[in-house]
Amino acid sequence: MSALTRLTATEAKLFFREPMSVFFTLAFPPLLLVILGAIPAFREPDETLGGARVIDLYAPVVIAMAITMFAVSSLPQGFATYREKGVLRRMRTTPVKPAVMLGAQLLMSTLMSIAVMVVVLAIARLAFNVSLPRQVPAYLLGYLLCALAMFAVGLFVASVASNGKSAGAIGSLLFFPFLFFGGLWAPRETMNDVLRTISDFTPLGAGVQSLSDATAGHWPQPLHVVVMLGWAVVAGGSAARYFRWE
Amino acid sequence: MAIIEVTDLVKRYGDHTAVDGVGFTVEQGEIFGILGPNGAGKTTTVECIEGLRSPDGGTIRVGGLDPRRDEAALRRLLGAQLQESELPDKLEVGEAMELFSSFYGNPTDWRELIEALRLTDKLGTQFRKLSGGQKQRLSIALALVGDPKVAVLDELTTGLDPQTRRDTWELIEGIRARGVTILLVTHFMEEAERLCDRLALIDAGRVVALDTPAGLVARVDDRQRIRFRPSAPIDHAVLTALPEVTAVERAGGQLVVTGRGNVLLAVTTALARHQVVAGDLRVEQTSLDDAFVALTGRPFDA
Repeated sequence: MSALTRLTATEAKLFFREPMSVFFTLAFPPLLLVILGAIPAFREPDETLGGARVIDLYAPVVIAMAITMFAVSSLPQGFATYREKGVLRRMRTTPVKPAVMLGAQLLMSTLMSIAVMVVVLAIARLAFNVSLPRQVPAYLLGYLLCALAMFAVGLFVASVASNGKSAGAIGSLLFFPFLFFGGLWAPRETMNDVLRTISDFTPLGAGVQSLSDATAGHWPQPLHVVVMLGWAVVAGGSAARYFRWE
Repeated sequence: MAIIEVTDLVKRYGDHTAVDGVGFTVEQGEIFGILGPNGAGKTTTVECIEGLRSPDGGTIRVGGLDPRRDEAALRRLLGAQLQESELPDKLEVGEAMELFSSFYGNPTDWRELIEALRLTDKLGTQFRKLSGGQKQRLSIALALVGDPKVAVLDELTTGLDPQTRRDTWELIEGIRARGVTILLVTHFMEEAERLCDRLALIDAGRVVALDTPAGLVARVDDRQRIRFRPSAPIDHAVLTALPEVTAVERAGGQLVVTGRGNVLLAVTTALARHQVVAGDLRVEQTSLDDAFVALTGRPFDA
């Protein structure tokens, strides 16, 4: 087995040994969808939403939440802890570069969050009759851009945090505003113009809208693609700038 | 044949010179010790050898390789056990071995290694549940899994209980028997004396002596140390005034008098003159500790 495969498999095993983190990243998003879907009014078409149902709006929000859990919580905390404990330094003395360790964590987070996406889409379709994306490539593009932007933010947190605990704290501070503008408390369709404009410029706002657009059969809007790429470049660049292996 | 050559190594942190012209060579198959007090520059020196730090001056060759320029080749040649480096809490011993094996092109049989390090019954145990000694043994196993020619072991036995420390020493001798050259960093005199073929004594970033442990001790052979419990308080000046005495220290209820020549007779005579009886009197042989004091002019732990 190659080092990257072995590292990714090991990271996945370690991930499953943290029950709290497994719950919040893997189980909580689908659970939230089920809870929302259990509210009868959320399953009724709403005139003010142009005939859509609240549960239709929430499917992409819940998927974006899963990305956020990995990106601002588990990824930076895990990486900062490895740095704090000297795991990365230890890796530097082997033929495998510590960058491979970073790659393994990103790969593991991406695979896990895609798994959550599939589960959420399946539950939404089977239990609540939410339509599946009409434009699958557009949906995947929107998903990957959103994940890229959010993981870049997570790596930036990992770079500036002094240890695992502070990475966790910074992550939770970012978690709520990001998800607010992603529409967790009030979906984008119900936001006023000011909030929605701000939301357009956040990675989750742009991401959720791109997923909704792809579900309806459209490609992501250029503004949202630019916003997500912009976050990826700026956050990723700053992460690279401030990155420390030890 | 020298496998590690260090010449005029200099490393500065800001305006502090941590390593100031260190040089030594390590022969193939040797256990070579770097001994010195905390903060002497030992770890910085080996981190330069391991390629983890860039020297500000001097040259280093490990098996003919420059650690900075030929880092990829060095990683296959050198196994390292770092000071204060941990593994993920919930990683099991067997998983750690499999993982680190996958990092090397021609790893050694890690099961055999684990057997030799007496960790076979811990294969399914998570890192956080290992004892200090087990963590150190795992750390040695990980340093050796790539079948290195050189193993650098930094403060290997710090924090271990005396029995585990002795077990670890035996283990290191076993590793040398496999043909691995060992560079050992330590601040334990006893460890250096017991294990090392040769030693570089480092103080304040410089090599103050380079010799076999016996050779270092032989340099200061006329030095003696007397320990006793005085039956009544005695002014240190009475003893320091004696020409044979070089130092008087209090250690709990005991006095420790260091001196040369016929210091024992001089001290007991002076005590008798002041009607002080020396209880629990002991004369200690010269040790590496004394060699350090003689070579640097100050006690080792200062």
